[in-house]
Amino acid sequence: MYRYDEFDREFVTSRVAQFRDQVERRVSGELTEDNFKPLRLQNGVYLQLHAYMLRVAVPYGTLNSSQMRMLGHIARKYDRDYGHFTTRQNIQFNWPKLADIPDILEDLASVEMHAIQTSGNCIRNVTADHLAGAAADEVADPRPYAEILRQWSTIHPEFLFLPRKFKIAVIGSPNDRAAMQFHDIGLEVRKNDAGELGLRVFVGGGLGRTPMIGKMIRDWLPEEDMLSYCEAILRVYNLYGRRDNKYKARIKILVHETGLDDLKKDIEAEFERIKDGVLKLPDEDVAAIAAYFAPSEFADLPAKDDGLEQAKLDNRSFARWVDRNVVEHAQSGYAIVTVALKGTGEAPGDATSAQMDVLADLGEKYSFDELRVSHEQNVILPHVQLSDLKAVYDALLEAGMASANAGLITDIIACPGLDYCALATARSIPVAQELSQRFADLDCQNDIGDLKLKISGCINACGHHHVGHIGILGVDRRGEELYQVTLGGSGDEQAAVGEIIGRGFSKDEIGDAVETIVDTYLARRLSDDEAFLETYRRLGPQPFKDALYPAKETA
Amino acid sequence: MTTLFIDGAVAEDPWVSIDGEQPVPEAEDVIVSLALFEAQRHALLTRNEGRLGVYLEADDQIDAIADDLGKIDLVALDFPSFADGRAFSKARLLRDRHGFAGEIRATGDVRIDQVQHMRRSGFNALAVHHQPTVDSLMEIKDAGLNLFYQPAIEGAEARSSSGGRSWARRAL
Ligand code: HEM
Ligand code: SF4
Repeated sequence: MYRYDEFDREFVTSRVAQFRDQVERRVSGELTEDNFKPLRLQNGVYLQLHAYMLRVAVPYGTLNSSQMRMLGHIARKYDRDYGHFTTRQNIQFNWPKLADIPDILEDLASVEMHAIQTSGNCIRNVTADHLAGAAADEVADPRPYAEILRQWSTIHPEFLFLPRKFKIAVIGSPNDRAAMQFHDIGLEVRKNDAGELGLRVFVGGGLGRTPMIGKMIRDWLPEEDMLSYCEAILRVYNLYGRRDNKYKARIKILVHETGLDDLKKDIEAEFERIKDGVLKLPDEDVAAIAAYFAPSEFADLPAKDDGLEQAKLDNRSFARWVDRNVVEHAQSGYAIVTVALKGTGEAPGDATSAQMDVLADLGEKYSFDELRVSHEQNVILPHVQLSDLKAVYDALLEAGMASANAGLITDIIACPGLDYCALATARSIPVAQELSQRFADLDCQNDIGDLKLKISGCINACGHHHVGHIGILGVDRRGEELYQVTLGGSGDEQAAVGEIIGRGFSKDEIGDAVETIVDTYLARRLSDDEAFLETYRRLGPQPFKDALYPAKETA
Repeated sequence: MTTLFIDGAVAEDPWVSIDGEQPVPEAEDVIVSLALFEAQRHALLTRNEGRLGVYLEADDQIDAIADDLGKIDLVALDFPSFADGRAFSKARLLRDRHGFAGEIRATGDVRIDQVQHMRRSGFNALAVHHQPTVDSLMEIKDAGLNLFYQPAIEGAEARSSSGGRSWARRAL
């Protein structure tokens, strides 16, 4: 894991002092809310419906146990005893007092964390595959690249007042678990035939009101050119991105309106000019950052653990949890555990301070002091020995975090919605809770199989509804909450934006509508092995429309 | 009231801004709008006395004056609002792409919290209206940090002594 050196420590500490001064100037009235807004946003402080909200960065979703423990401490001391893990691998605290925030930031700094650039029109926290450094299908760990990007983009003087926010995601395997193609810049680390590392570069992806899949601008970019190329993209975007309309200000619109080829000319010309300059990455510096992410000291273990097999036979609930929430590790004898923060009827992604403490303990004891936050709003224990799985499960069970539903229909992504968010047009958490209850039966869920259900409380799409196999978007229709359904979206390497299926449903109808969609799938799938998305891709929307809107069938 | 700071110190402004129809004085240092520059380009570039500055609004691009930068002594870049960051990239391009060594002046909504970013992007002059910013700059409080995670304009900062990071910088 990355560790701060003197430079980072000094940087973050002086940044906290700087923000403390800004908060004091706001409180004294020297800064108006208008002047303060961009400054607080660059430090992760939002104004929500009822209170300030602090969004803390978890760079590329990786954190250690003392960091997790500190998040629990902050929830306990400054908030209402819980935090919300987000689709951008961050954590949000919903109820801090403005005057406390400098203290919170100081606490965070003590464990090498910060809230810099988690909001505002700047380069946001860089995200990455949550299975980085553990996944069996990995070509290279994406985190060293994400860390270098994090550093370069931190208080980049030129790119703090962009037309709009800017999100970068990095993956290191051909299977995309980070919705990389839905980011302003998406990077895929890969190897060429000569065995050298480089990147495939996508630009102009995004969700929000105009969802777009990123376009490949470079099939191959040598690793040493990563920063120069990103700087060239950002410079062109900063100069030419639209500023007349904030809904058209993301780089996806610039790519769309200018055309990839024309835009690429500008980007490549700027890149050509700067690529042999100061941003060229020396091999040894990349290696120095990569060294922080060197594989843990794994023991030499057989691929099968007899104790585990026996425990699965003895305990059916455990066996099911292993089936769903545990996946293969690159290292024999180890596994990756998903802790689903999706208990029946709970708000997706919320964890209490006590739960965070348990997670911290488990990370420390069983996972080489490492944890991850996934964009699916779960927590991952990336390196668990097979023989420890039962102990981990037992501890999770006791803490109410042993939901065996990873990847199933109740592993729902949902944004905060109208319960918290000032921009919301509808509630999303209650809808998630209702669906979670409706499909709570594990047999039924397992029968349905892999299905990604994602809910946003407005068109901004923080809940990724566009890329849900089933997506739900809450809108406001004359003062009433209405839920629009999209089908067939996907945030993986076969990226797709879901199609709107028809008129929306009221809050009372939406549960039945989802059930109808699921029933239609179950009736029409070729076999148990054909997942929802495959069936949808084979059949298209019509059978689902027919089932949802039967009266229209004959029209 | 506008206070001009050059290289961090309060300075008298020898420049006259000419924007409308009035004739360009022959012997004075003038800052003209891009429209005026384009309309009277030849005359402006061949004056015998008096230096030439061009004022670019946020929508104007550097390309419009790039070929003539050798004869231009000052470029003023406008921040219509502090949230409009285009001028940062323009200053960068002036210094790094075009090697422009003259004065780059920030005008418009110039605030203390952006001052360090302006300097790092290539501005060496600030025309400030905002009184708290004037006061802070008088106290030499520029609200910035001394450590940087990325190189800015060339020569402005030292390589960080922190090993293994070619991109990090430290204030001189
Ligand atoms: C106070 C709460 C929040 C506010 C005001 C807010 C605001 C926004 C806005 C305005 C957009 C649209 C940006 C655009 O299209 O240009 C957006 C997109 C997005 N937000 Fe949020 N958001 C909030 C909470 C969250 C949370 C909790 C998450 C994670 C669960 C999140 C993750 C995202 C993602 C993934 C996108 C879409 C990706 C993209 O940028 O294209 N946001 N948000
Ligand atoms: S999708 Fe809308 S309602 Fe949900 S968090 Fe984002 S801005 Fe708020």
